[in-house]
Amino acid sequence: MTENPKLTRKDFASDQEVRWCPGCGDYAILAAVQRTLPKVGASLEKTVVISGIGCSSRFPYYMSTYGFHTIHGRAPAFATGHKLANPEVDVWVVTGDGDGLSIGGNHLLHLLRRNVNLQIMLFNNQIYGLTKGQYSPTSTVGKVTPSSPLGSVDQPVVPVRFALGAGAKFVARGYDVSKKLGDVLEASYRFQGTGFVEILQNCPVFNDGIFELITDRKTGPAYQLWLEHGKPMVFGKNSDKGVRFNQATFSLEVVDLGGDITEADLLVHDETNRTLAFLLADMPNVVALGVLFREEGPVYDESVRTQRKLAEDKFGTPDFEALMRSGHTWTVS
Amino acid sequence: MTTPSTHLREDLDSVVIRFAGDSGDGMQLTGSQFTAATALMGNDLATFPDYPAEIRAPAGTTYGVSGFQIHFASIDIMTPGDAPDVLVAMNPAALKVNLDTLKRGGLCVVNTGAFTKGNLKKAGLEANPLEDGSLDPYRVLALDITKMTLEAVKEYGLGAKDGQRCKNMWTLGLMFWLFGRDRQPTVDWLKQKFKKKPVLADANIAALNAGHIYGESAEMPSGIGTYQVPRAELAPGRYRNIEGNQATAWGLVYGAKLAGLEVFYGSYPITPASSLLHHLAKLKHFGVTTFQAEDEIAAVCASVGASYGGQLGVTGTSGPGVALKAEAIGLAIGVELPLVVCDVQRGGPSTGMPTKTEQSDLLQAMWGRNGDAPLAVLAAATPGDCFYMAIEAVRIATKYMTPVILLTDGYLANGAEPWQIPDLSQFEPFPVNFRTDPEGFHPFVRDEDTLARAWAVPGTPELMHRIGGLEKHHDSGHISYDPNNHHKMTKVREAKIAGIQKDLPDAKVHLGEDSGELAVVGWGSTYGAIHQAVEQVRASGKRVSHVHLRHLSPFPPNLAALLSRFDEVMVPEMNNGMLDKVLRAEFGINAQGYNKISGQPFYIGELVAAIEARLAGKNPNQMYDAHGSAHGAEA
Repeated sequence: MTENPKLTRKDFASDQEVRWCPGCGDYAILAAVQRTLPKVGASLEKTVVISGIGCSSRFPYYMSTYGFHTIHGRAPAFATGHKLANPEVDVWVVTGDGDGLSIGGNHLLHLLRRNVNLQIMLFNNQIYGLTKGQYSPTSTVGKVTPSSPLGSVDQPVVPVRFALGAGAKFVARGYDVSKKLGDVLEASYRFQGTGFVEILQNCPVFNDGIFELITDRKTGPAYQLWLEHGKPMVFGKNSDKGVRFNQATFSLEVVDLGGDITEADLLVHDETNRTLAFLLADMPNVVALGVLFREEGPVYDESVRTQRKLAEDKFGTPDFEALMRSGHTWTVS
Repeated sequence: MTTPSTHLREDLDSVVIRFAGDSGDGMQLTGSQFTAATALMGNDLATFPDYPAEIRAPAGTTYGVSGFQIHFASIDIMTPGDAPDVLVAMNPAALKVNLDTLKRGGLCVVNTGAFTKGNLKKAGLEANPLEDGSLDPYRVLALDITKMTLEAVKEYGLGAKDGQRCKNMWTLGLMFWLFGRDRQPTVDWLKQKFKKKPVLADANIAALNAGHIYGESAEMPSGIGTYQVPRAELAPGRYRNIEGNQATAWGLVYGAKLAGLEVFYGSYPITPASSLLHHLAKLKHFGVTTFQAEDEIAAVCASVGASYGGQLGVTGTSGPGVALKAEAIGLAIGVELPLVVCDVQRGGPSTGMPTKTEQSDLLQAMWGRNGDAPLAVLAAATPGDCFYMAIEAVRIATKYMTPVILLTDGYLANGAEPWQIPDLSQFEPFPVNFRTDPEGFHPFVRDEDTLARAWAVPGTPELMHRIGGLEKHHDSGHISYDPNNHHKMTKVREAKIAGIQKDLPDAKVHLGEDSGELAVVGWGSTYGAIHQAVEQVRASGKRVSHVHLRHLSPFPPNLAALLSRFDEVMVPEMNNGMLDKVLRAEFGINAQGYNKISGQPFYIGELVAAIEARLAGKNPNQMYDAHGSAHGAEA
């Protein structure tokens, strides 16, 4: 797709009043998407946003593109059918931690393993917002909510680890107010296949501040590990921290640079290494951001079209009359 | 049936044969080969495969018995027959399960080789029925088919296990001889099937020939002769055999062609609907995309997503799948996108009886969704009718932008009948016009006549819009919680479906006058049995008519007036009473059900008795519910 210089961020905003709570992280994500689409040369008529149910899933109504607000958890299935039927359009799926990992976990699994050519943004706020604050499948153990007054006893799922386990070929992470979120979304858009992006998102009403240490301007740098393929894993305000592989425990550890530890001791990010991506998915004391994993592979919708083309080449022009007369037939006169 | 002769064949109008054996005995194959040979002889026919849900139930048990019934005739027939004239029983369990259905005096072909002590015990038989007089009312051909088959295939060096597998072909050969069928199509079929293992083809052909030769040369017991069933007088034309699911698949493809659309078929395997997916997967070059989804819900959702993308979204399933799809069907009703849902009904509730037929999804189809969620419901009457009703489903779905549920059932899906290949020029195309004009567009702008909303496909310039399950403002499509608007939109959705009625043919009186003492009203696969039962009752001078419905929501325009001209209305259904409830609710008439809930199709005989009971002022249900005679015989 060629760059379309005429469109701007505003062109991608619909005339509908945005109805998320004041201070919701969704506003920043919406802005990031509306900034990114003109940048990547997307057009209004060839963009389709498909969502499930939940706060995040109101997203399509605020875009001036095509959009389909479907039913709880099933957006990946609608999107798969749509992409197969209408391959010319760019499909963006919007889901949340409840929609995508609880009621829709099965569909997310199968979308990722198939590698349908679309982007999926999973807004993770670790809470059910639209139903007023129950714990979600990503909530931490002990989370006190109206449905867990003594604290949740559910073990949480780690979205990017789930995606990697499902066989996803593009797995990335960003957060709502990050300036780099647009770059992560652009990378998912450029990827041929399912681009899975977990977006850490603040819910100011029911789960305020859970990501504050990571996203706060002052404390954030000490917790954000932005990954770059082929570059050593350095982070920290003064680039004074790094990630090293501990052979004894077969895990990653955060180390302070200086003294006898230098950059040469650090891991170099290899985004084609799924094992490494699993280790990066859930580290103590630091959050891996950017593209954790990227691997080219067969794209589902292309494979389906290729098979159809093969059938067309093999059987030639369809002849319905001949189909009905195939096999044993006889004449009654 | 008189003197045995290998030269002179006795003419019969109509014969019913039931092949029965272990589910691993190949009875379905035997039956379908006999069907193919019979169709080529020019007989009218109807078949009824009746198999257990277990793929290979423990050998020798009664619950592992698989049956295939074929009714063929020189006259016009519509059902696979009531009681068989001939029962082929490959083991004691098959004999035990089916003997009660065999006509007194009928022919019973038994494989004595399988009547071992062990098999008798597995079948729960204390005495050997071959010896205890149970077979006295029948003519019996008791042969050690196992032994003769092994003898026939000895030279091919198969082990005892593979050798024994050929005994269905030996039996088929004998049946071909008894009824004068040509072996060649089966020989050709075996060669094709075992192309990669020619030794198996040779062994099976040898068994087939050996069975035939046995018939030609062995001295038959008295009372067993050979028969011929002359060609049926069918309407002139080109014929083929067709099964219901095949006809549905073809109708969907041809309906989509008439609409100018490609087909997207999203489905999850489920008995007895799976073969729809198999048929359509072979037709990719006809503009068909098949998607085997991860579950029933994903299957329908992907299909709705495809409809949003400008293809004909179709999903196929059975009752449990329809239950799972309900929410997504409701969404398709709300966003007003075309969708065809094929419900191949089976026994319920829950998993119920997957391989047995039933009509118990009618109310689920009509009302099984949250909210006021009307849609169109159609039902096919015969295997061949599935083709026509699938086209009708596509027509209504695309013209009115609505989901349509097409009801068939396990009996139609797997049953076969000779089918006159239709003249395609009879079908008027109904091309879809996608909206491209931005002037005055919003997603819920409606056609004044049909009330269908505009179908604008993503990718179309200047028609960008958002749709979803939240209530939409009638004049913009934007989200609206306005109380009056929701009332209005509910009424519009209702009026759109009700308005389809203007576009439907009148309900037909298939037999009899358009007024009288009793209207027997049916829908779906009971067509043939009801028709022939009404015909028999009318022969005794009773004023009974047969009305059969193919449109169930909305009903045909004349239905209320038509039924009001009868003193009484009787509704035979293979469920516990559904259409009768709807007729009472809709028209306030005294419609009464006659209900068989055994997983088996109606017999003509039991319907005749029920109609006569009803005419005599009795409740026919009490007759059967009390002692279960007609139903119990099949258990």
